[in-house]
Formats: sequence, structure tokens, C-alpha cells
Amino acid sequence: MDKGKHYLVGVFNDEDVLLHGVEHIREKGVRIEEVYTPFPVHGLDEALGYKRSRLPIAAFLFGMTGTMLALTMQIWMLGFDWPMIIGGKNFASLPPFVPVTFELTVLLAAFGMVGTFMIVSDLKPYKWPRQFDIRSTNDKHVMAIDLASNKLSKDEIARILKENGAEEVNEKNF
Amino acid sequence: MIADEKFEFTSGAKRKIIYLALAGMFFLGVGLWMAMSDGHGAGHDEHAAVVNQSLVASTNAVGAEPEAAGGEHHGSAPWLKRLYTSLWHNNVFFAGIGVIGLFFIAIQYAAQAGWSAPIKRIPLAIGHWIPIAGVMMVGLWFLVKGDVFHWTHHDLYVKDTPGYDKILDGKSAYFFWPFAAGGFPIFFVVRMIAFFGLWYLFFTWIKKEMLAEDLSGNTAHFFSARKFSAIFLVIFGVTSSVAAWDWIMSIDTHWYSTMFGWYMFASWWVTGLAFITLIVVNLKDAGYLKMVNSNHLHDLGKFVFAFSIFWTYIWFGQFLLIYYANIPEETVYFITRMKTAPYSWIFFLNLLLNFVLPFLLLMTRDAKRQMSMLKVVTPIVILGHWFDFYNMITPGVMKGEGGFGFLELGLLMIFLAAFLYIVLNALSKVQLVAKNHPFMPESLNHHI
Repeated sequence: MDKGKHYLVGVFNDEDVLLHGVEHIREKGVRIEEVYTPFPVHGLDEALGYKRSRLPIAAFLFGMTGTMLALTMQIWMLGFDWPMIIGGKNFASLPPFVPVTFELTVLLAAFGMVGTFMIVSDLKPYKWPRQFDIRSTNDKHVMAIDLASNKLSKDEIARILKENGAEEVNEKNF
Repeated sequence: MIADEKFEFTSGAKRKIIYLALAGMFFLGVGLWMAMSDGHGAGHDEHAAVVNQSLVASTNAVGAEPEAAGGEHHGSAPWLKRLYTSLWHNNVFFAGIGVIGLFFIAIQYAAQAGWSAPIKRIPLAIGHWIPIAGVMMVGLWFLVKGDVFHWTHHDLYVKDTPGYDKILDGKSAYFFWPFAAGGFPIFFVVRMIAFFGLWYLFFTWIKKEMLAEDLSGNTAHFFSARKFSAIFLVIFGVTSSVAAWDWIMSIDTHWYSTMFGWYMFASWWVTGLAFITLIVVNLKDAGYLKMVNSNHLHDLGKFVFAFSIFWTYIWFGQFLLIYYANIPEETVYFITRMKTAPYSWIFFLNLLLNFVLPFLLLMTRDAKRQMSMLKVVTPIVILGHWFDFYNMITPGVMKGEGGFGFLELGLLMIFLAAFLYIVLNALSKVQLVAKNHPFMPESLNHHI
């Protein structure tokens, strides 16, 4: 076999057929890499057996970083590095720091979350997306199956796809 | 389609509520006895003196008469004053939950929300408390006004006497218009009656449409309920704010905060949301509301979580400005609450129960979708906001003489028992689920 990736691409017309198809195809032991749909299909994530995203944990950690950073920065600046009396308050009194702390928490959580998402999803400038079938942006649901990660033969998988409602089964190499 | 389902208010549940009320009465009795025998203990007077001194100092600074701060208003005995304060506190708190029931429904209609269709009967049942709260509010006001509301005293408005209060005289039209200051506060009382009247009127209109929909299944009922809801929301926006000034902010007569209407609304709203959630979760536990799944609970949980943070935002918005500006007539409010012996623990407990705990406990997605976590957090939020209202009302009336104990807890239990009885009784009278609600199919397929 030559280098590069070899895919089988199943094209589905109806989302209900697709949803049941995904369940049956997975039961037969076929590993589905990804399904591309023109609109969100409820229940598809569960049918594909996707685990819950851990992005919220990343968001929490980035948020905590923001909180710590903001508090350390303000307490150090106004309490130690250049102590200043503002409005007759103590050095490094906490209430006035709350707005800045809040803002930095939100800012870092948001930026961190977007950045993490982009890195995890491999989204970057000049990245050309792999197009399994251009019709997935219009009116067809497209199922991509990586042949290298499946034990079953190409013909067998093609047969399973056809049995479970795929209108066409194409090959695609990258 | 949905099967007919009715909540059965069992005699067992009724008995539990009656036990709660009896326990509350026992607590109240013990509390009253303790307060009466405690009366003018030496330790208490010392506290009171210190507080009064600091209060007098701050109010004098703006030219108010020293009497404003002192408790020397030949009012009732401290124990009776405490009882009145607690009655007023509980009634304002529960009146708020009642009207929030209606407010919740109004928001769902105005936004044409789909997810909430199967649970709308619960806020409707909560709304049945509005007329009772209204009657009690007006009745209680005449009972407690001399002790709770400093501004009702006639001698404050007599010019060229030692008791004359120039600041209050300037504001007097807000209470007494069109009569002379110091007489009967007609404007204030009419406002109170009008608010409850309006709330009750819209409650009956919306309820009528909601129940008629069960029988006919005609969407015309939905649209007229939506119309009433939209009008009610505008009315509630004004009335809730003015109610906050009238019933709570006017207790600290010289003090004012432009955040206060929002602040009290936020407290009412999140308490009402917690109550709705708590009832839904308990109904599900009892085998009702099968169509309500973790997606609907997630939405309710998000509501409680989000508005706990909203309340904190308002709380902090009010606190930070007063703290930073450091103007004596404003800071006096927080000095009484934060730095004074009988109250400071409640001031900080308030933040713990209403911000820290709900924020941390409800943060994850799973926590909002699980009944067990909601069952823990919602009572915390309800109790926390009861303390919040204690914190708004009691220190302003009682100054250094106040306290917290069996008396307050007993009255809370009595009010809670009565409230639960009315709500559950109302809930058992109608279909538990609005089966002909036009958004029911959408809600059954709700998925987040």
C-alpha cells in the first residue's frame, strides 16, 4: 500500500436512516471516524459514542489562572511594589480588586477555551479542510471510515454501509 | 399524547406540614419566652450603646437628628419589636416567592419558551400565595408600622420642634401625598394595595387562560396568556422596584441605594426559581412528571446557578460603590450589618449560602442534571435568601437590640408550612401537566 490515507465514504440522504445506520454499523464492528451533516442531528453524538468534551475543565483551569494572576498582580502592585493610598482605604484592600479579578478570569477562560478548542480540533490559518464529499455542505450526510483503523476488508465495509441505508459508497484518498 | 395526571395531596404530606407548623409554634413560643426574659440584659445594652454611638456619629455628620438612630422611640418592648420585625421579614420574603411564580410563567409566555411546558403548573400553584400575602401585608403594616417604619412617626414632620427631621420632611410626599406629612400615609398604603391587586388580577387572568387550554386545546388561550404576560412583565418591572423601596428600603429611612429595587428583585427571583426546582424534583421523586427529564432539570439548574451569580453581581454592585465612596449616610447601612455584633455572622453567611455554595456546587453540567445535587443546593439558596431578607430588614429596625434564634426560626417554619400547604393544595386542584400546551411536543423532545 502506498502512503497516505484511504477512506470509504458513505453518503446518506435521511437523518433518521443515518442515525440508525450509525448504530448498526458500529454494532457490526466498523469504526467510524467522523460523520459530516449539513445541520445538527440530535442524538448523533450519543450514537457515535463520543465522550463528553473536557473543554469545560480547561475553561475552569484557565479561569482559575486568571483569578490568581489578577489577584497577585493587584496585591503586588498596590500592596508591595508601589503602595498607594486610594480613597483612604488600606493598601491592597480586596473589594476594589474584584472587578479586575472578574474580568481577567472571564478573559483568560474565554481565550483559553477558544485556543484549546482550536488546537485540539487542529484549526489553524491556511489549513485546508479535508473534503470527503462537498455535498455534506448542502443536502447529504457523509460518513467517513478510515480503512487503516478497521480490521474488516473494504468490500465488507462497503456492503455493511449499503445494507444500512447508504445511497452511495465512494473511495477517497488523501 | 400526555395522560391526565393529578397531584394527590396526601394526608401524610398534610400531616408533615402540620407537624412543621406545630414545631414552628413551639420554637416561636420558646423564642418569645427567651426574648422576654432576656429583655434588657447587661451585655445587650453595651452592644446597643456602641452601635447607637457609631450610628449617631454617622447620621449627625449629615445633619440628621440623633433620634433617628436611637431606639428611644417609646416603641414596643424589644421582644415585641423583634416579633413584628420577623413577621414583616417573613411576609415580604414569601410574598416575593408567590409573585415570582407568576413572573416565571409570564417570562415563559412572553419568550414563547418550549422547554418549560410540563412544569408550568408549579409556578402557577406558587402564585396562589399572592392574595394571602397581600392581605397579610396590609394587615401587618397597620400592626407593625410604629415599630418597623421610623418614618411613620408624626413628630418627625413638626417644624421647629426637637424631633423635626428636615430630610424626611423633604421626602414626605413619597409616603403622604396628597395629605399633609405625618398624617395617614395614603399614597404608601394605596400603592401597597394596588400592587397586590394588580398582581392578583393578572394572576387570575393568566390562570384562567392556562386552565381553559386544558379543556379546549385552542391556541387562542396561549396567545391571550402571552398578551397578559407581556403587560404583566412591564407592570412587574415597576412594581417590584417600588415595592422594594416601600417595604424594605424605607425601614432605613435616611439611607437609599439606587440598586435596591434590583437587589430585592434578584433575591426574590432566585428564591422563587429554587422553590420551583425543589418542588419539581420532589414531584419527580414521588413518581409524578415522568416527561420531565434531566434536560429540563438542567435548565432549571442553570436558572438557579445563573441568578445566584446575578444576585451576587447586584449585591457587589451595591456594596462596592458604597464602600468606595465612603459617604457616611450610605456606609451606615453596612456598618450596622457588617460590623455589629448580632449581625455580622449573618452578613458573611449570606455570601456563603447565596454565592459561594451555589456557584461551586452547581458549576458542572452533571450537578445541574442530577436530582440529588439540586435537592442539596435549592434548600441552601432558599434559606440563604431568607437570611438575605433578614439582613435587609432586621438590623435596620432593631439596631443593637436585635438577635437571631428560636423566634425567627419558628416564624420561618410557620410561614413555610402555610406557604407549602397553600401551594400543594392549589397544585392538587388542577391537572398537573398542561396536556394541550402548544409547546408540549417541543418540550418532550427537549435536548441540550
